[in-house]
Amino acid sequence: MGEIIEKDKNVVVPGDELASGMDFLPSFGTYRDGDKIVASRLGLVSFEGKVVKIIPLSGRYVPKRGDTIIGRVEDVSYSGWRISTNCAYPALLSVKDATMQFIPKGADLTRFFDIGDYLVAKIMNVTSQKLIDLTCKGPGLRKLHGGRILEVNTNKVPRIIGKQGSMVGMIKQATGCRITIGQNGVVWLDGEPKSEIIAVEAIRKIEDESHIPGLTERIKQFLEEKTGKKIEMQAMTQESHDHEQYDHEPAMEQ
Amino acid sequence: MTYSKRNDGRKFDELRPIEAKAGVIKRANGSAYFRIGKTTAYAAVYGPRDLYPKFKQNPKAGIIRVNYSMMPFSGSGERVRPGGSRRSKEISMVTEKALLPVLNLEEFPNSVVDVFIELPQTDAGTRCAGICAAAIALADAGIPMKDLVAAVSVGKVDDKIVIDLDYSEESYDAEVADIPVAFVQRTGMLTLLQMDGPVTREELKKGLEMGREALKKIYAIQKKALKEKYTGEEK
Repeated sequence: MGEIIEKDKNVVVPGDELASGMDFLPSFGTYRDGDKIVASRLGLVSFEGKVVKIIPLSGRYVPKRGDTIIGRVEDVSYSGWRISTNCAYPALLSVKDATMQFIPKGADLTRFFDIGDYLVAKIMNVTSQKLIDLTCKGPGLRKLHGGRILEVNTNKVPRIIGKQGSMVGMIKQATGCRITIGQNGVVWLDGEPKSEIIAVEAIRKIEDESHIPGLTERIKQFLEEKTGKKIEMQAMTQESHDHEQYDHEPAMEQ
Repeated sequence: MTYSKRNDGRKFDELRPIEAKAGVIKRANGSAYFRIGKTTAYAAVYGPRDLYPKFKQNPKAGIIRVNYSMMPFSGSGERVRPGGSRRSKEISMVTEKALLPVLNLEEFPNSVVDVFIELPQTDAGTRCAGICAAAIALADAGIPMKDLVAAVSVGKVDDKIVIDLDYSEESYDAEVADIPVAFVQRTGMLTLLQMDGPVTREELKKGLEMGREALKKIYAIQKKALKEKYTGEEK
């Protein structure tokens, strides 16, 4: 019978022994060394039954199929657009996945997306060599007009979104900003200049304090203080669905 | 004649005071500060990111690129010419090779992890301090790695085997050997071993044994620094 060495949700660093015994299974961020399970990444250790994995706290975005991301158009070619994704690899958005509109042969593609435009897209596929295929067809996937772009730690994205979008819903409700969060750690927000600043501050606060318990309550207080409005919890989960943020599940799962 | 007492009063197997900190450079993906005695190293990790020129890309795994640099005012003697030199190029290379065995870069084909090591103040043992700082910074950057790497110099001053030589010992007016070593703690693998000066087989063995013992302490300090970044600021 194996034994657990590190407590669940402890911060561990590469080389830390997490558990011993052959009945444990190494998952994301861990490896087996003899009968020990050892961390290979910095993060929080998590035991799910006999499966041991690491919830990362740092690191750049790694593209995953099904993720909704915000990218910037880098280049326009014959067959599509090259999009920078805030990770080590650029993505491709081909003409046939770009828009619902009809694109005639030989049309000027910059009419749809020009260099420097930001867009919300979904990752259709990622190959072993990390070639990324995007699609812009789907609910909430679109070109972004105006607003501002914010870069956050991609590992904190689930916390900024909150359970069923509760956290981002709260910020939206308090500030009246439209907010879209990409899994790649790029956030777009648009609203009144003053409330935009409050929203940015709130997001930065979540990023900095996400590991301290009682986050939602503190953010709520912060927002109420800044906006001078009372925030009613609940009922906002539905609202946050009207546009943007279709991807809250990946919260903690890898 | 014999070297009976160390210049700074340390025991022969005693390290200089060490301080380590993770996450000191905000815009880097991972960073660390490592001080041992008067030698101070900063390491910043960027990436994994796009790698150019393209012929350097490896489709099977990412690569690591280290840049070691001593700041012009860092030494106690002559001003160090800024920019790369033959020496810094060599140290960058050995640092790369000391760190590579623990990294798992298969997840990042065609990309690069850049490590910049800067030394604002030096008093011997810079490549070891650089490796220690880089290991912390890489872990802080969330790069998958099997273990941390710790490094220290061992050597012989006159007739005594010592660890962690400072500059006064390296330039001691007698036979001096300076041997930087780096170990992976879990496997006991040696990832860096350079030798400057004459030692016998037995002396080298004894030195490595002493180094291995000392590195356990450095390894613990590295781990503590990383954990402090994420747990220390609680409440």
